[in-house]
Amino acid sequence: MDINKNFFEFIGLPISFYIDQSELADRSLDLQKTLHPDRYAHLSEREQRLSVQYMSYLNEGVATLRSPLLRAQYLLLLQGIDTTSESSTPIDPMFLMQQMELRECLEEVPDQDDPFEALESLLAEVMSMLEALRNKFAQDYQSEAFAAATETVRKMQFLEKLVVEIERLEDKLDG
Amino acid sequence: MALLQIAEPGQSEAPHQHKLAVGIDLGTTNSLVASVKSGEAVTMPDVEGEHLLPSVVRYMPCGNFLVGREARTFAASDPDNTIISVKRLMGRGISDLKTLGDEAPYQFEANDGGMPFIKTSAGSKSPVQVSADILGALVARAEEVLGGELVGAVITVPAYFDDAQRQATKDAAKLANINVLRLLNEPTAAAVAYGLDQGKEGVVAVYDLGGGTFDISVLRLNKGVFEVLSTGGDSALGGDDFDLALAEWISKELNLTVSNNSLSRYLMEKAKAAKEALSNQSEVKIALTVADQEYSLILTKENFESLVAPLVKRTIRACRRALKDASVSAEEVSEVVMVGGSTRVPLVREQVKGFFAREPHVSIDPDRVVAIGASIQADVLAGNKPDSDMLLLDVIPLSLGLETMGGLTEKVIHRNTSIPVGRAQEFTTYQDGQTAMVIHVVQGERELVSDCRSLAKFILRGIPPMAAGAAKIRVTFQVDADGLLGVNAKELTSGVESSIQVKPSYGLDDSEIAEMLKASYLNAAEDKDARALREQQVDADRLIVSLKDALSADGKELLSADEYSVLELGIEKLVQLRNGSDLNAIEQGIAVLSKASDEYASRRMDFNIQQALQGHSVDELEENK
Repeated sequence: MDINKNFFEFIGLPISFYIDQSELADRSLDLQKTLHPDRYAHLSEREQRLSVQYMSYLNEGVATLRSPLLRAQYLLLLQGIDTTSESSTPIDPMFLMQQMELRECLEEVPDQDDPFEALESLLAEVMSMLEALRNKFAQDYQSEAFAAATETVRKMQFLEKLVVEIERLEDKLDG
Repeated sequence: MALLQIAEPGQSEAPHQHKLAVGIDLGTTNSLVASVKSGEAVTMPDVEGEHLLPSVVRYMPCGNFLVGREARTFAASDPDNTIISVKRLMGRGISDLKTLGDEAPYQFEANDGGMPFIKTSAGSKSPVQVSADILGALVARAEEVLGGELVGAVITVPAYFDDAQRQATKDAAKLANINVLRLLNEPTAAAVAYGLDQGKEGVVAVYDLGGGTFDISVLRLNKGVFEVLSTGGDSALGGDDFDLALAEWISKELNLTVSNNSLSRYLMEKAKAAKEALSNQSEVKIALTVADQEYSLILTKENFESLVAPLVKRTIRACRRALKDASVSAEEVSEVVMVGGSTRVPLVREQVKGFFAREPHVSIDPDRVVAIGASIQADVLAGNKPDSDMLLLDVIPLSLGLETMGGLTEKVIHRNTSIPVGRAQEFTTYQDGQTAMVIHVVQGERELVSDCRSLAKFILRGIPPMAAGAAKIRVTFQVDADGLLGVNAKELTSGVESSIQVKPSYGLDDSEIAEMLKASYLNAAEDKDARALREQQVDADRLIVSLKDALSADGKELLSADEYSVLELGIEKLVQLRNGSDLNAIEQGIAVLSKASDEYASRRMDFNIQQALQGHSVDELEENK
């Protein structure tokens, strides 16, 4: 069954960190048109069940390939490396220091004269760090330096969490 | 339970005959039913020519009930037995209702599961039962107008509805004996009614201010596919709140003490009439009689607008949030669709136009637009338009998660995830030797379980005793295309498993539904066995027709000659059984043929996928590297 194929093969894209997002959108649209349960609403229960199963797999795949972090984690998973469970990979202390500083910075945002301005510049800084890490991951992965790639993913996880916290604060400030 | 789909046993349904299907807008204040007739989607009127059916049911001591306008005339004089705005109670627990206060002025009692029953002179009625009675009236109207039995219906729900509310809606349909082809989000239906799925591409915002709920949905259109990017709103804000604000103003101006339900309903009616008058005039005189004393006062448009402005502002704030969730700016929105009677209020139109900086669509009656869109999809889902390219993709409106230690929520599926979707997450035990685990499923965005909606609880037992943290429990969430959830928990080292199709904590359980259905059969004086036989025959027909269609489409390509003839023989055999009257034999025959065709169904699915991917050559793939 096709559901045993990995997400890249299932959707019909080469296994790589670089994904053409519009290509991904086009292909997933084509597949959705074929697989969606609405296409089977008047058919047998068995076909309806299969379609739900395939569509779920497709949706999961699209969500995974769309997000750089999930995509990176998935690429490593295909190499047998699970980055989502607890791991003992040591993280560069410099990086951790930097994280603590960024977090302090975030905590101080509400007290700034213009908190929105402060939040925006913090977000911009974090995004550019993330961008750099994504590029590094792509290189690590391409050259099969999986240990380095794993550490990069862990760093990405830190920063993605920070982005979520920034957005949460933004919602709070919005009222 | 499968529902009846054909009129007479012995008549196998022809594969491509036009099937009767309807779209139903089950609204807080009014409900409608629509169908595609001769290629045009229209709402269907009752014998007196009225399209809107007030969502009001009045129960009488003799056990009979009235639905619609006639029932509504008793809203003020007999409020305890006249149920209005029941949609607000769907999927809610008795504890939720206490917070609704004046808005739900009934006598409640709870069943064991905490589900509220409304005490009426015809006995206790659940919100699901009341909704089923409204649905029943709509279906009767449709079958009368269309002249035949319906194969199914698309029923709309607010995009904001959580799992419990969706499930309650589906239960109501089940109780009314309706085959639900799909639960469809109201705003999506509205966009379909305007034909926005035809050709154009872009971002559509649907602003739906009904009687009881406000929804804002951001949809993206791309190559005939509708995708819900985000939904937001307020499930307790609507035109009723405009009326309430106005009624409060009236009683304050006149120094009235509102001490009973009849008076408060009376004031609400006066307020509603005044509001409607202000849609096309600048002031209105309100005259009323309370305790044999006559009053009158003038309400200006400015005055009214200052009363409701805070409510309208709340809707605009929700619009801003929904755009943010969808990661689009107000300028990127290319179409704005207005839905719901309350969008006739001029202030609402102005504010929406101002926020999106464009003229909203208002040409289709905002009360009917949802039912019309639903009927268009019902026509497609019933199989009447095999060549239709229409596809509506949906997201879940609220995150689904589990309770973890300390009463915290762990989200398993985040809000605005495309459905259907399945996702698994692993958890572990908290104590040494722990052999059971409570799986508590919740829905909502908040971190504390107590702030989220509790959907279901079940226990996984038989975990082998291990040190804390050693057991691995995989919990899998599966959400179907209607947004309904199933949960499965499995301990990985031992393989112990437990699962549940989430029934809302405040819904009816299957045995309650079965009981109620049984009662309705007794009334219909229908032979139960005959009914069961007909249901099996319908199931058999469905399998036969779909398998025959499949074989003629691609059977020769995907099956060996042997496999092909095995299935052909299987079909013949089932046709014979189906024309007989042995219930068990038909049931077995269906099981046998389903199993025999399993492999073929999988092959077809894979074949379809390959077809969908064709046209993308390997060279092209390489280029994109």
